Amino acid sequence: MDIISIKDLTKGEIEKILDLSEFMEKNMHIQNSLLQNKILGTLFFEPSTRTRLSFEAAMKKLGGVCIGFATSKYASVEKGENLIDTIKTVENYCDVIVIRHPKEGSARLAAEVSVKPVINAGDGANQHPTQTLLDLYTIKREKGRLDLNIALVGDLKYGRTVHSLAYAMAMFNASITLISPEGLEMPDELILDLKKFNVTLKETYDLESAIPRSDVLYVTRIQKERFPDPEEYEKVKGAYKIRPESLKNAKQDLIILHPLPRVDEISPEIDQTKYAKYFKQVYYGIPVRMAVLALVLEAVE
Amino acid sequence: MKEVKVRKIKNGTVIDHIVAGQALNVLRIIGIAREYPRTTVTVAMNVPSGKMGTKDIVKVEGKELKEDEVDKISLISQNATINIIRDYEVVEKKKVKMPSLLEGVLVCANPNCITHFENIKSKFIVEKETPIKLRCIYCERVMKEEDIVKQF
Repeated sequence: MDIISIKDLTKGEIEKILDLSEFMEKNMHIQNSLLQNKILGTLFFEPSTRTRLSFEAAMKKLGGVCIGFATSKYASVEKGENLIDTIKTVENYCDVIVIRHPKEGSARLAAEVSVKPVINAGDGANQHPTQTLLDLYTIKREKGRLDLNIALVGDLKYGRTVHSLAYAMAMFNASITLISPEGLEMPDELILDLKKFNVTLKETYDLESAIPRSDVLYVTRIQKERFPDPEEYEKVKGAYKIRPESLKNAKQDLIILHPLPRVDEISPEIDQTKYAKYFKQVYYGIPVRMAVLALVLEAVE
Repeated sequence: MKEVKVRKIKNGTVIDHIVAGQALNVLRIIGIAREYPRTTVTVAMNVPSGKMGTKDIVKVEGKELKEDEVDKISLISQNATINIIRDYEVVEKKKVKMPSLLEGVLVCANPNCITHFENIKSKFIVEKETPIKLRCIYCERVMKEEDIVKQF
């Protein structure tokens, strides 16, 4: 089994992963040897802090070991080796491959080439399924269910995280509000994908009016390089920043998530509030990746 | 009397009802120069047609084209018909059918797709036939008619 795109997973499979994640979380403190003698190969052709470290932590918590590289600078890629050859080489050294690569479709190709299971840890602007799974798990753990009012804020045009999360939340019949600056709206094609499901969809430029009815506020970064005019960027950035006063009409049990890294779209004062769950979200990444690793290595049913 | 612009062939395949002007693209899609380098091929373009106004026709002599070769034509000419000729008679006549997977025919419109950087064939799933909607199995980018016609 490979984990390449959230779209490959059925609702049932996602539920199974979330249940398994909960099992992993409950047993995280116990010495575990589920993946003893198994080797994880982490091929990070692009740098990442959270994803790589949490995969490695997850593997070690299950008794396995990790090998790999954290930037393509040191790999034979620098010498001009193509991806197919790299995969055909590395699969001899390990039992499961986690790959992050700047080109879209690279993980699907790796899975096609490799006889060992492949997990996509981000292929360019396309997919990052374990991020989506941990987002779902965070929501489920913190709120108990997924059919909620979720507001996705920020760059909805280029942000792969929000694309996949919106798709997954639509599968679970959530009510989704899309909030972005003009020009960074979610592409029509993706909206059409969402409408396949029984989903309530709203699009707006107005963050303030969307907050009171939200159960989950999922905030993402708006990248400076998307704006030709720096002044325009500053304006937009200000309008979509979450400050304590933005939350004055928020539900008492609102949770705020962010895939991180954060620049300044959530002001640091929010960190101290009960709403802030983005570091908890990081923590939940471990049991989710434990579940995914155990599943693809067929260590669990 | 009917005016005969292109002579009948004894054996082979006649691809009829091609959208006018698309005959050369049909040859390209089939890869005629590559697959059948010594075959006589006749092309008729902008032929008057009752049904279509004008149409193109391609005749491939001595070769009976297989389904997977001709179905790709549906990308640019959904109503094309394939006639298999034996001894001057049409022994089989069928419409092209859109395949569910298109391999190696098109180039992904996403410049950052891995298919542009590795030595692999492109692969597209046909998600919808009319209007046509394809999805790259690698980068998941959707290709529509305007992305497809540009390539021929």
